[in-house]
Amino acid sequence: MQTINFLKPSRDNIKNYSIIGSFLVLVSLIDVISNAFLKINLTSFLPGSLTTLFPLIIGLIGLNMMRIDYSGNKTLDLLNKNINTNNFNALLTLLILFSIIKALPQSLSWMILDATISGDSKDACTGTGACWTYIKVWFRRFMYGMYPNEFHWRINTAFILVIALGFVGYFMKENLKKYLALYYVIIYPVIAYLVIYYLISGGSFGLQWVETGAWGGLSLTFIVSFFCLIFCFPLGMIFALGRRSNLPAIKYISICYIEFWRGVPLITVLFMSSVMFPMFLPEDFFMDKLVRVIIAITLFEAAYCAEVIRGGLQSLPRGQYDAAKSLGMGYWKMHIFVILPQALKLVIPGIANTFLALVKDTPLIFVVGLAELAGMLALAKTNPKWLGFAMEGYIFASIIFWIICYAMSKYSYNLEAKYKTER
Amino acid sequence: MSDPIIKIQNMNKWFGDFQVLKNINLEVEANKKIVVCGPSGSGKSTLIRCINRLEEHQEGDIIVDGNELSEKTKDIEKIRAEVGMVFQQFNLFPHLSILDNCTLAPIWVKKMPKKEAQELALDQLKKVQIDDQANKFPGQLSGGQQQRCAIARALCMQPKIMLFDEPTSALDPEMIKEVLDAMVSLAKGGMTMIVVTHEMGFAKEVADEVIFMDEGMIIEKAETKEFFAKPKSDRTKLFLSQIL
Ligand SMILES: Nc1ncnc2c1ncn2[C@@H]1O[C@H](COP(=O)(O)OP(=O)(O)O)[C@@H](O)[C@H]1O
Ligand SMILES: [Mg+2]
Repeated sequence: MQTINFLKPSRDNIKNYSIIGSFLVLVSLIDVISNAFLKINLTSFLPGSLTTLFPLIIGLIGLNMMRIDYSGNKTLDLLNKNINTNNFNALLTLLILFSIIKALPQSLSWMILDATISGDSKDACTGTGACWTYIKVWFRRFMYGMYPNEFHWRINTAFILVIALGFVGYFMKENLKKYLALYYVIIYPVIAYLVIYYLISGGSFGLQWVETGAWGGLSLTFIVSFFCLIFCFPLGMIFALGRRSNLPAIKYISICYIEFWRGVPLITVLFMSSVMFPMFLPEDFFMDKLVRVIIAITLFEAAYCAEVIRGGLQSLPRGQYDAAKSLGMGYWKMHIFVILPQALKLVIPGIANTFLALVKDTPLIFVVGLAELAGMLALAKTNPKWLGFAMEGYIFASIIFWIICYAMSKYSYNLEAKYKTER
Repeated sequence: MSDPIIKIQNMNKWFGDFQVLKNINLEVEANKKIVVCGPSGSGKSTLIRCINRLEEHQEGDIIVDGNELSEKTKDIEKIRAEVGMVFQQFNLFPHLSILDNCTLAPIWVKKMPKKEAQELALDQLKKVQIDDQANKFPGQLSGGQQQRCAIARALCMQPKIMLFDEPTSALDPEMIKEVLDAMVSLAKGGMTMIVVTHEMGFAKEVADEVIFMDEGMIIEKAETKEFFAKPKSDRTKLFLSQIL
């Protein structure tokens, strides 16, 4: 048997190196795990700081021994390529792993082992862990706000209808495909608006009127995000094209619009939409607070969309414009068939970014007294009967927001992959 | 003599302060083939881009098929539809298949039924021998194939005039011939063509007239044989000696 050099692994002896290497890594992991979970210090015989550093040193040596290029072993190669390319990466890998392991016991016991979920009042929560009872009791409020319990089916039905209508595009017949944009930009929003108006607001067809002030929770997050998303995209497109227009009037209007909305904080826009805006309207003209908020956010985000889309337009070579023009296409045909399909494809990641930011900005509507998910949390945590459970609430909200945003970003990756063409 | 299909009179063009084209006069009769040559930066591209108004000129007149080009020209798209153009960088639409590249404009600009447009496109693609690539995307084709597709795409609009801006300059040597062959057969078919190129073999084979440009001016304009046999200007002689 050849001698084993601890610092210089070689390919000739892959088996020995990888076995010893993984054994050392395993030892370091066991040490950290027992330390974190069982509170046993296996290396207490070592002096002072060495006992804390021990797993790190052993782990590093182990990873170093496993680092064999083109070992022929798929798992090993994958490991080396991704988390073990050099000593620095190995160190980072170990540090991250160790911190996760160290943090796990506390969070596990707080979130699950010592947590309470039974009962339906604060008194049930006697343990040291999280009080999920609080989330359970308030769940309907978090989802539907102050909307009357017996009418929650109306919200659910409306959402199912709107989602179903959203899929219509997938099943459209080939010869109707050219109306797809028209459907999503104009018809769909109008129908969605009518569905939400008649079902959730009610007031006709024997449904009791529920004013928008009572709407809230996650369903309000959805309503606000939904309308803002579908309106801000086409609007942003118009201003992006406008900013590149040859007509000075259109160009400068677009520039002013974009720079104005990008320059003011959303929170002031929302505030103004509820306080200032009504002052400029005629006495008897009434516009619902929720509608005003949706308009405000839409106008605001459209400016961001416009700049993202403009970036895409800018990145197309001039030759594309030349070719389209030389074939006799006018401005609109050129943009609809040649420029926008390419530019929009390029800006999918940027648009997804803007949309995610939009969804996460919706909690700001609390400044006008509308309480979506995060707003309901803020209300619930100040309820005298349920003081002291803010943590649980925010963790719950974070998880929900994370799921929504992750789904959106996943969807945008899919779109990107779907429309990828070779250049 | 018939009326010229392209007529340029005392045309001047500036980019900002820089005068690119100086006092250009040019008449092209229908079915004639003109080759334009000259050193890089002499304004050849700008000149032919002015003919379909991809560039605007500031002084003088350009009349294409009886229509004067100016800010007042209303249906510039209609004129452009009659003037096909092939670019140095091909400029195919990368998001569309070869077939869709060719049918897009006939369908949406000429309002041709889809079926008819596809038949026409396949016909044109066959003429440049890439009908078997019809369902691929531009990115999957070689440079020569892409340029032939660009020619077919322009021809699908059934133009009266074809402009070529150095169609072979971005191609590898072994692909130049296949593109030139396509252009020669187009020329033999009677198309009116203005071709910016340095392929003097092509010029000798098909051109009726050759124009030499330098520093934004037309230095020399002569029938092909005469142009090569006894060039008048010294600058032309120098240019030819460098290029031949
Ligand atoms: N869009 C433009 N703006 C400013 N200058 C330009 C532009 N296009 C071309 N030019 C200049 O005009 C001159 C002629 O260009 P071009 O017509 O492309 O020459 P050629 O095709 O003969 O090489 C060059 O000096 C070039 O730098
Ligand atoms: Mg040029």
